[in-house]
Amino acid sequence: MRVGIPRSLFYFYYFPLWKTFFEGLGATVVTSSWTNRQTVECGLLSAVDEACFPIKVCFGHVKELCSQELDFIFIPRLVSVENRSYICPKFMGLPDMVRALIPGLPEIIDITIDLSRNSRALEKDLLKVGRRFGKDRRVTRLAYNQGLAEWRQCIRLCRQGYTMAEAVRIWDGEEVTLPAANSLNIGVLGHGYSLYDRMISMNLIDRLRQLGCQVQVVENLDQALVEAKAGEIPKRVFWTLGRKAVGGALLLDSQPHVDGIVYLACFGCGPDSMIGEMISRKVYRKPFMMLTIDEHTGEAGLVTRLEAFCDMLQRKKAINL
Amino acid sequence: MKITFPAMGHMNIAVKSLLSGLKLDVVPPPPISKRTFELGIKNSPEFACLPLKINVGNFIEAMEQGADTIVMVGGWGPCRFGYYAQVERDILEGLGYHFKMIVLEAPDSRLPDLADQVRNLGENVSLGEAIKAIRFAWHKLSAIERLERRLDYVLPRAWEKSQAEMLYDRAIADIDAAENWEQVRDLARHAEQALGALPLSKETPLKIGLVGEIYTLLEPAANYDICRLIGRMGVEVCRSIYLTDWLNDHLLGGLVKKSVRRHLRQYTYPYLNHWVGGHGWETVGNAVQFARMKCDGVIQVGPLTCMPEIVAQSILPSISAREGIPAMTLWFDELSATAGLVTRLEAFVDMIQRKKLVNYEQVKEA
Repeated sequence: MRVGIPRSLFYFYYFPLWKTFFEGLGATVVTSSWTNRQTVECGLLSAVDEACFPIKVCFGHVKELCSQELDFIFIPRLVSVENRSYICPKFMGLPDMVRALIPGLPEIIDITIDLSRNSRALEKDLLKVGRRFGKDRRVTRLAYNQGLAEWRQCIRLCRQGYTMAEAVRIWDGEEVTLPAANSLNIGVLGHGYSLYDRMISMNLIDRLRQLGCQVQVVENLDQALVEAKAGEIPKRVFWTLGRKAVGGALLLDSQPHVDGIVYLACFGCGPDSMIGEMISRKVYRKPFMMLTIDEHTGEAGLVTRLEAFCDMLQRKKAINL
Repeated sequence: MKITFPAMGHMNIAVKSLLSGLKLDVVPPPPISKRTFELGIKNSPEFACLPLKINVGNFIEAMEQGADTIVMVGGWGPCRFGYYAQVERDILEGLGYHFKMIVLEAPDSRLPDLADQVRNLGENVSLGEAIKAIRFAWHKLSAIERLERRLDYVLPRAWEKSQAEMLYDRAIADIDAAENWEQVRDLARHAEQALGALPLSKETPLKIGLVGEIYTLLEPAANYDICRLIGRMGVEVCRSIYLTDWLNDHLLGGLVKKSVRRHLRQYTYPYLNHWVGGHGWETVGNAVQFARMKCDGVIQVGPLTCMPEIVAQSILPSISAREGIPAMTLWFDELSATAGLVTRLEAFVDMIQRKKLVNYEQVKEA
């Protein structure tokens, strides 16, 4: 049995977990290629215009997988990955959107991942998936727990300065080397599925590194401190990634060695429109830049803004010294 | 303490009456104008959805008129609305206003919580008076909605469309000013009779179901009064959301009347199998329901970048194909020209008219 996993959205966070799980059930996991121009074009044609860029790109990945011989395609319904928090409405309707807009799909495994109250429903769904592959309770549970263990290993890797996407690539057997110590220290925030996709973010992180910056993402920070900082604002942010971004921004703002903060927002992203506003109002010690991306392909504008930002930080640093 | 609140269609009238019933000093937001939009747009995040921008405009204008307390509702997502109050407070504080913000949290809470919250607002009001205030507000709202339904029926059929609108507008203004429920009852009854007495065309008009996000559906300023635009084209509007239904389902836990929401489940399967926040799930359910009710078309409205409505929009084509109903999505944003909207509506109406005729002729030939 072959299961296709689109290399988009929460691939960048949970791929080790999903891959281990499906392999534990005896399936072969097939991924789509890294996002490329064709993926984007395909996605733009299939998705509705108003959807945000990462969702459109995901449609492109699903389309690509459709052309391969697959028994299943894994598009989970991500409602919530932690207590009393959500991801985004679009993720809650993703399997239905895909089904409505892309013809000729293989069977979709659309388990509902909703941990906002407890994990009972998820467990039930997982066992159902296990049954589809002819596996019993014990094997399914084992596969899932192994998946969790692998995923935790990746989280630990992140504390060494890798982004979540790099951790996943290392886990997948690739070699990733971090650049040597750099002059500027920049915090980069945003939704991981746009930040870590090199096509969507126009390679933002590597570009910053080439400009001589040490990049810090939310996963590199101490999660307890991030949560503590996020708890400082009057109302708990109910989007998981949004809360981490707010906490991360406030934490970075309070750290003396950080020179600046960049926030990557997607055009039309609901949480970003609120969170970006909150952050830009609360971050007052550090220079802050908000970049908005969509499907336009001109990289020059982005590069210019990054260069200008870095130049400014360098100059500021020189004066302060 | 001078209280103001965000505008949303006829809810203004009910909230105003409720708050004055609680013996509070109310400064209702001035009618939404071009200036409201401009103030809101200037001061809100660029990619926020339209309701937030209008809210901000409302608050600024109300505070210019002396309001110093804002009552707002909250929520726990995943729709952006749950975070509105926080962002709005930051924006207004950033502009240098001094005010107190009271956020009624969790719109899906139960009646006792709400009663408590409302009662805490009133300083010197007994529980009995609070309940009386709530009932009176409810009464006004129900009367207005009865008239609204009446106008939706009369407008496409009436020869004198302006006359119908004038009668309705005057009745709404009178109900707004009414001070006891007998007055409201009489006003509503008279207006209904007056509307009923207008000469009507005998032809059966086309029917269009209107689905989508609640604020855009209920606030005429946020949708260029699309209901009247459609009605004036001689097409009957079927609304999917009435405020009393929504309040009944979400605030009063189905206490006052039968829930309209529960039966939607039979329509959403297999199109959308999970709620998606906001009104996305309801939009899908109502669209299917309108198709099965043999409406001639469905129009979805929403503020641009509304996440739940984008999910619904993605699913709408498959509903359209499978249930055989023409569907169109209209996004509303800062754009203030109605010509484009009218053209699209006219084209849509022409198309469903023709479709109906073709079907009719096919039946005749067979």
